[in-house]
Amino acid sequence: MKKLFFLLLAAPTLAFASGAGIHLDTAPVNLNDQGSLQRGARVFVNYCLNCHSAGYMRYNRMQDIGLSEAQIKENLLYAADKPGETMAVAMRTKDAKDWFGAPPPDLSVITRSRGADWVYTYLRSFYRDDSRPTGWNNTVFDKVGMPHVMQELQGQLAPVYRTEKTEDGKEHHVIERFELVKPGKLTQAEYDALVGDLTNYLSWMGEPAKGDRMQIGLVVLLFLSVFYVVAFYLKKEFWKDVH
Amino acid sequence: MQKLLNWVDERFPLTASYKAHLSEYFAPKNFNFWYFFGSLALLVLVIQIVSGIFLTMHYKPDAALAFASVEYIMRDVDYGWLIRYIHSTGASMFFVVVYLHMFRGLIYGSYRQPRELIWIFGVIIYLVLMGEAFMGYLLPWGQMSYWGAQVIINLFAAVPFIGNELSEWIRGDYVIGDATLNRFFAFHVIALPLVLLGLVVAHLVALHEVGSNNPDGVEIKKLKGADGHPLDGIPFHPYYTVKDILGTVVFLIVFTAIVFFAPEMGGYFLEYNNFVPADSLKTPAHIAPVWYFTPYYAILRAIPPIFGSQFPGVAAMGIAVLIFFALPWLDKSPVKSIRYRGPKFKIALTLFVIAFIGLGILGVLPATPLYTLISQILSVVYFAFFLLMPWYTKNDTTKPVPERVTQ
Repeated sequence: MKKLFFLLLAAPTLAFASGAGIHLDTAPVNLNDQGSLQRGARVFVNYCLNCHSAGYMRYNRMQDIGLSEAQIKENLLYAADKPGETMAVAMRTKDAKDWFGAPPPDLSVITRSRGADWVYTYLRSFYRDDSRPTGWNNTVFDKVGMPHVMQELQGQLAPVYRTEKTEDGKEHHVIERFELVKPGKLTQAEYDALVGDLTNYLSWMGEPAKGDRMQIGLVVLLFLSVFYVVAFYLKKEFWKDVH
Repeated sequence: MQKLLNWVDERFPLTASYKAHLSEYFAPKNFNFWYFFGSLALLVLVIQIVSGIFLTMHYKPDAALAFASVEYIMRDVDYGWLIRYIHSTGASMFFVVVYLHMFRGLIYGSYRQPRELIWIFGVIIYLVLMGEAFMGYLLPWGQMSYWGAQVIINLFAAVPFIGNELSEWIRGDYVIGDATLNRFFAFHVIALPLVLLGLVVAHLVALHEVGSNNPDGVEIKKLKGADGHPLDGIPFHPYYTVKDILGTVVFLIVFTAIVFFAPEMGGYFLEYNNFVPADSLKTPAHIAPVWYFTPYYAILRAIPPIFGSQFPGVAAMGIAVLIFFALPWLDKSPVKSIRYRGPKFKIALTLFVIAFIGLGILGVLPATPLYTLISQILSVVYFAFFLLMPWYTKNDTTKPVPERVTQ
């Protein structure tokens, strides 16, 4: 019974793992690292917010990650006038559809739907593919409409193919590894760290109240534990005359 | 004070009701762990109503605004995230508690004569609760809200002759849209909760009329002391009120641990895909209903279409739920409690639990030929538990039931 119950609990994870079939790297998410969150916010505003909105997120919420309103205004507020506004994007939906095939999704809760690991791996998995209209493809999201926006940082990776034969004798090309054909401003490790910061920021933005939630949760559980002791002895006292 | 009470009592049965339902409602003294879940279900109902009232203050039942209003609650409403997580966790915990409550009835024969009506009210509550949960799940207007509702409403289209009109009538449109969202909102926040409250009152009135069953399945009213009270009965208040406080605290520890530390519950209580706004043009690769519906969903998928019609599967799913109504008349055993039942019932019940949980797991997974085969076998087990019950309960080797309850 108990084992079955736990199997039931594990089932969605299994379903996810079997459904995706793509190896995902673990994202270095640490919501307490304000430095990382602030660096991530800067990357987000500079590289993502041109096309992707975060329509449920207000600029001034970034006070929660240690920025003052003046700092937000000065460094991050390009696309809006007031810090109380949401992170909207100037691009019109119709234009976006014409340019990319589909409008770029809103990123407010992207880590909650895709997961931080997916985002972290996806942003590090672009490669050159001349068969695509943008010239870019992605190992995590095949035939993605988005070009590699951060190529000036990562540089350009090109795939090296190897030929494989399937059981029915057909040959097809499989990506064996990637080559850096044009270096970017950052080393691979620096780029990974930058994407790590960005993913961390996106995770925070997905649920800004998460920190409060955990803190309040501890107090609530502490209270209930004390209440349990009281309730336990209350019950014991009343029930001693029941035989 | 006494004067005021007298004044009220002459006009309203306040003291009499207090006595009848609390201080002089005699409950068997041998209630165990399984008897917490009735009062806990009532607690969750109250939690859902109160948190739901606060959610409606900020939620917008409009296809263009619904998803954003939920995120607004999560971000800009003071403690909105808390209200929302309490409500979403409460929905799943309602089913956890209700399933355990029903299982209690199953193992101790609480549905048997003279408690058939309590059981019937309970099954209706379960049905209404399913409707309530299903309609509430559309409201966040995420991808799973939308496509889950699409799948379920399309089931009605499988009904012969009137199917298409029926599903259109439910949706209020050719596709799920604003009209559907608005009517589901109306049903979710007022129509079904009203019905639910009425049924809960009926469930409790019927219970207090005949008295509670107990783990021994002994009728405590048969043996009364000199004072006219059952020998094995104790007043509900204070004994079971203090005991239920203890159960409530333990339940709240579990409940708040989920609310504060794992509100998504690994994608079971809040599905990941529901953080993507509903899009009528993008069908998700894998649509799974929320976990509490998955046993029935697995039964639906297990039944192959006949003459290209999905109706047999839909009918099987409906019967799988409705068959609970027949339970009091299917059970022919001379004893009520599992403690005195024979091996046949125990084996049947074990198989049923395996089938129910197994179908629940399979309902989450994508349908492959192997999984479909297992679902079919488990569906047969599920129905066999009910349909063969008259036979295996009659011929079982039962143990003698004691006169009084055991400790």
